[in-house]
Parts: sequence; structure tokens; C-alpha cells
Amino acid sequence: MELTTFWFAVIAFLWTGFFVLEGFDFGVGMLAPALSRDEAERRQVLGTIGPVWDGNEVWLITAVGAMFAAFPAWYAGLLSEFYLPVVLVLAGLIMRGVGLEWRGKVHHASDRAWCDLGILAGSALPAFLWGAVFADLLRASAPAALAGGVFSLSVCLLHGAVFVALKTSGPVRARARRTAMIVSVVALPAGVVALSGIPSAGTAVAEGGASPWLWGCALAAMAFLAAAVALTWRGREGWAFTATASSIALTGAALFGALWPAPLPGLTVAEAASGPYTLGMLTWIGLIALPFVLGYQAWSYWVFRKRLVAEVS
Amino acid sequence: MEALDLARWQFGVTTVYHFLFVPLTIGLGVFVAGLQTAWHRTGKEQYLRLTKFFGKIFLINFAMGVVTGIVQEFQFGMNWSEYSVFVGDVFGAPLALEALLAFFLESTFLGLWIFGWDKLPKRVHLATIWAAVIGSNLSAYFILAANAWMKHPVGYEVTGGPGGDRARMTDLWAVLTNSTALAQVPHVVAGAFVIAGTFVLAVCGYRVLKERRTADPDRTVPMRRGADLTVSMWRTPMRAALVMTALAGVVVAGSGDLSGKLLYEQQPMKLAAAEGLERDTAGAAFSPVPGVEVPMLLSFLATNDPNAVVRGIEDLQEEYTERFGPEDYRPNLPVVYLSFRVMIVFGMTAVGLSVLGLWLTRRRSSTSSDGHPAPRGRALRRRAAGPPREVPAWFARACLLALPLPFIAMIAGWLLSEIGRQPWTVQGELLTAASVSPGVSLTEVAVSLAVFTLLYGLLAVAEAVLIVRHVKAGPERAPSVPPASPTGTGGTGDGDRTAVMLQPTLMY
Repeated sequence: MELTTFWFAVIAFLWTGFFVLEGFDFGVGMLAPALSRDEAERRQVLGTIGPVWDGNEVWLITAVGAMFAAFPAWYAGLLSEFYLPVVLVLAGLIMRGVGLEWRGKVHHASDRAWCDLGILAGSALPAFLWGAVFADLLRASAPAALAGGVFSLSVCLLHGAVFVALKTSGPVRARARRTAMIVSVVALPAGVVALSGIPSAGTAVAEGGASPWLWGCALAAMAFLAAAVALTWRGREGWAFTATASSIALTGAALFGALWPAPLPGLTVAEAASGPYTLGMLTWIGLIALPFVLGYQAWSYWVFRKRLVAEVS
Repeated sequence: MEALDLARWQFGVTTVYHFLFVPLTIGLGVFVAGLQTAWHRTGKEQYLRLTKFFGKIFLINFAMGVVTGIVQEFQFGMNWSEYSVFVGDVFGAPLALEALLAFFLESTFLGLWIFGWDKLPKRVHLATIWAAVIGSNLSAYFILAANAWMKHPVGYEVTGGPGGDRARMTDLWAVLTNSTALAQVPHVVAGAFVIAGTFVLAVCGYRVLKERRTADPDRTVPMRRGADLTVSMWRTPMRAALVMTALAGVVVAGSGDLSGKLLYEQQPMKLAAAEGLERDTAGAAFSPVPGVEVPMLLSFLATNDPNAVVRGIEDLQEEYTERFGPEDYRPNLPVVYLSFRVMIVFGMTAVGLSVLGLWLTRRRSSTSSDGHPAPRGRALRRRAAGPPREVPAWFARACLLALPLPFIAMIAGWLLSEIGRQPWTVQGELLTAASVSPGVSLTEVAVSLAVFTLLYGLLAVAEAVLIVRHVKAGPERAPSVPPASPTGTGGTGDGDRTAVMLQPTLMY
């Protein structure tokens, strides 16, 4: 495979990893008030993402950093083109990060309420806006952007609810499963609308029609969403989470498949790419480092694998 | 007013703000890791309490460093798209490496540290904090290497193409071992340790004064086996911070001197602006504070030769106009001149305070404390060393007052470094005016500047309040009896050393 193609795939992988991992973070952040009845339960819900959310967010930082290094014009074009949405995404990530880190360290319940508000708003903003930005990038229309935003927001909610159901026990777990079913009322139709828009809008279309595999990814993503709902209904939380994660991963594959070979209007991957020397060096370093990164991140998930219970303070 | 002006303000404001938190993350992280190591090796209760106490401050501050750092990475593309397209091939690489090699390490292992108190073996848990702080320091290296390239571009060539000129990397190793970076990394990182050290001193100073006022039972920690002496638990962290600050101060001074010499070769305009030198001058003088001039010192500092010629602003302006075309190549002279002096004076004062503190808190020799002559032999003499000197109240107060000094020095250093680089983004290659995003309007930048300023302002107040409250509350008391329920939250401590069933007080 040629280096620019390879690096496009790497960036697609990093963004997709971000969607899958931070997706449930965003969902948990948004659902925390709805899933908990008291402070102990709130801590239980947020505790599911506590040790891992920051590492998950680094997938975004790495995706953007890799874009800067490998496709400077793509990086610069995307961020300056969608200037105000990106400002709001950043504002959201700031409020969320600070809220998550500070809520256990403040001294008053009212301060904690501020943190919770920051976590809620700061999770909802990026969850909606990244969907809207990428949908707009593909289809350049406001309704499509709205559909994309609603889709990514509702899928994050579903993914988060399923994750909480998987990682907790007691009343919170039951509530999370119910919430997943409620959220799916929006997520499933939004998924059909937004996902069916991807293959037909791809930049590849102009050069000879949507490829069947884009349709394959989009349809499979829909199927996994439906499967996730069915599995949650039947109480198979582990499989349900695997299904939502697979659905998001396939959405990422379809999205970046559709963005190939022109990730921005009028800009091809080849034009945007850095030189072969830079790409080659980054490839070597990435190939050596990535297994370690994936390894210790997986280990941290392993360390915190147990279901959390609500602890009375 | 143009979008360019606001974009510059935004970059300046967000970067300076980001760098209020980053140094504390870098230095305090190592300090906390050191405290936990001390607890691990000695098993002394007070080290655990201190680890948790400073660890919590570290985490309050860490959050701010992280979230303001995300803005930095996005901002190049948002506001400086022309710059990003031109330099991405070179400048993007250290940023990508920073994320891959440093940020993953830092974030993952910090999560393990915060939540792993009761889940990981003690030794492994200690390793997680070290892995996290290594990540923080590594990230500083990569971002400073990227920054150094803007001032002294190396390992690249400029090639034309359909999309305009591009800087193309030809040698990654040259970029990562840029002489400017090798001088700047120790300068900034050691500066971060001065900040963290001064911060710890201020906290300890406050606690020392407070325990004097209230006769805090912290003072009943027995000092040595069998000894009936008591000593404040704040003495050890204070001494450690004094040593850290003083040592870091030596590195800051040495690397700062090196940076000055590199300026002479690489960025003569910045050097001339820092001294306000109008014309090329042999045996140039240096004025540490306005009004005082030390003859030939600038030439000596810049070259080790007191008679060397240091370039002057106006001569450089003429030369650059000839080389690069008509343009004002002078940076904002008053800002550069002033920030240079503020950096030196304020930074040196903080370091000077630490040296003074080391002397004030030195151990008494046993002769002076009990009237008996000291026994012969090094080991014996050490064992017989007298009780430690009390920290004088006035010194504790001075530590508290000195807190802003290194922060101001750090900000001034960045203003010198980055405003002194103007009008270039990449020295000799790309002007700031040509770097800005052409498609982002004045209104858009005004909105983002307002959003960031407002949010940052609120959060700065919140963080300050949070840290002050935490410092006032002091460390959690060690329980006199082990807690009845190991899952209880509240008053926590180390009831059971071997099982390490520490309540994860750092949890959310």
C-alpha cells in the first residue's frame, strides 16, 4: 500500500477509535443525571469512565495531531472551515474535563452541581457537533448536518447506556438498560437516515458510483444498532456493547471510505499529504509505539474490569 | 482591527494561560511521585498523607493543563491555516509524536494512579505515577522541539508545488536535536520545577504558619526513634522543595545563558531587542535593570568575548529589508526589553529565596545544640546531628508572598521568546501576517476569543478557590484506629499497610 493511503487509513482508524471509546464517555457524561438518584449512584455512574476517559480523549488528540503531520492541508482546512463548531467542541471538552476531574474535589453540593452541568453540556456539545460536522462535510446541507448530529448524539447515548449497564450493578444497571431502550427510539431511525446518506454522498461517487462496500458498512452499522437494542432487551450487556461498538466502528469506516480520496471539497489526499520522508518516519515510529499504547490502554481496561457498586459515603 | 490581530491575541492569551498550569503539572507531578516513593521506601505515614495532599492539588491543576492544551493543538489549524499548510510536514511530526508517545502514557497511567490505589499492587501503583510524569515531561520535550523549529528552522527544505510553497522535512533527527530545542527544553522544564518548588514552598509556608497559630497536632509526629523531639510534618516537603528549586535554578541559569548565545547566532534581532541595542556595537553593555549599565557584559554573555560585535536593531532592519523585502522586522521593543528583565529578576529572586531557605533550615550541628563536642567520624557525626532548625515565621511568610514570582518570570520568558520572534512565525521563512487563516472572519475570531477568555477567566477563579480551600483544609488526618469498614469513604488513611486498602480519596 502506498504511504498516503496508509496514513489516510491510520487517521480513519484513530478517529474511529475516538468515536468508539469517547462515544460511551460522552454518553455516560450526558446520562449521569438521568441514571442516578443520589450522590453515591452518581459517583458509581461516573466511576465507570473515571479511569479511562482521559486516555480515550487522547485518541482525538492523536487523530488531529496525525492529520497535522500527515495531511497538513486537510487538518488546516477542516478546522478553519468549521471554525465555530470546533470552538464549541473545545469549549465542551474544557467544561467536561474540568467537571470530571473537579467534581470529587469540590467541597459543596452546589459546586458539584456546576461540575455535573459542565459534564452534561460538555459531553453533549462534541457528541452532537462531530456528527454534524462530518455529515456537513459529506453532504453540505443543513438538514444532513442536523441528521448527522442527532445520529451521533443518540448513538453516544445508546453506547453510554449500554456501557453503564455492563459496568454497574444494582438499580443503576436496570435503569441504564431501560434508558438504552428509550434512547433507541431516536437512535434507530436517526441511524437509518444518517447512515444511508453516507454511501451515496461519498466523494468517490463522482468518480463512478458508491462502492458496494460503503453500502455494506452502512447497512451492517444499522444492523448492529438494531442488534444492540435486541441484545440489551435480552440482558446480554456484553454482546450489546460489542454491537454498539461495532456499529460505531463500521460508521467510521463508511464515513472515511466516503471521504476518500477527497477529504475536503476540492482537496485530494495526494495534494494534502506530507512528503514521503515524513510519512515514512512517522510510519516506523508509529508501528513501534502503537502496540505498546494499545497494550497498556487495554491493560487499564482490564484493571478496572469489575462492575461498580454504589458506595454510601 | 483585523482578524490577524485578534488571532494573535487569542493565541497569546490561550498559550500564556495554558502555561500557567503546565509547569505545575510537570514539576508537581515529579514531586508527588517523589513523595510516594518516599512512602514506599520508608513506610512512614506522613509521606502517604503528603502524597495524597499534594496529589490532590496536582490533579486539580492537571485537569486545567489538559483541557487548555487541547485548544492549543487545534488552534494552529483553526486560526493559522496558512502556517499549518506551510509547516505541517515538519512541525506536525513532533505534535503527532507528542500525542502518541507522551499523552497516551500520561493520561492512561494517571487514570490508573487515581483509581488504582486499592486495585494495584503497591509497587505497580507507584510505577503508574512515574509513568504519568514521564509522559508529562516527554510532552514538554516534543512541543518545545516544535516551538524551537519556528525560531531556528532546521532539517527541512522549501519546495514549490501547485498548492504553494511547503517546508518539507528532510531530517527528523535534526528537528528533534535542534540546538535551540536542546537549550530551550532544559530552560523551560527547569523553570517548571522552579514554579512547582515555589508553589510547594508557599503551601508549606502557609501550613507552617497555621500550625504555629493553632498548635496543630501535626507536630506530634515523632522525629526519630526514641527521641522526644517533635518536628513539623511540613519540614521535609519544604526542604525537598528548596533543594528542587535551587537545583532547577542552576539549570535555568545555565540553559538561559546557552539560549542567549544561540540568540546571537540564530535570532540576532531578538537579542538586540532584548537589550534595546540600536546599532551594531563592539563590546556592548548590558543593563540588568534600566539605568544600570555594565560595560561589555552583553558581548561577553552572547559570545564569551567582551569585545565581540553584537548586532543592532536598525542595522539588522536594513539587512533584512535587503534580504527579504520591505517590511518592519522589529518586534515590539518595549515588551521584549521589559519581559527580558522581568524574567531574570523575578526568576532569580525565586531561586535566591530557595537558597536562603536551605541555609535557614540547615541542620544544627550537635555541638551547638547540646554543648557536647561532635563525635569523630562522618557517619557518627551525622547520626549525632542536632535537631533541625525551626522554619522562621518570616521566611514562611516570604514563601507565601513569593508564589507569583516564578509564574510571572515564566510568562515574561514566553513573551520575550514569542513576541521577540515577530514578525516571523518561522524565522526567515514565513511572516505572521502570511500565516493566518484567510477564511476565518474577524467576527468568528472575536466570538472564539470571547468564549475562551470568559471560560478561562471563570475557571482560573474556580481553580484558585479550589486549591486555596484544599490547602486550608490541610491533609486528611491519619486515623487513630483502623476504619471499621474498608469500603467507608470519609476519614481515610492507611490502616492496613500490607493490603494497601487505601480508600481512593482521589476518586471522583
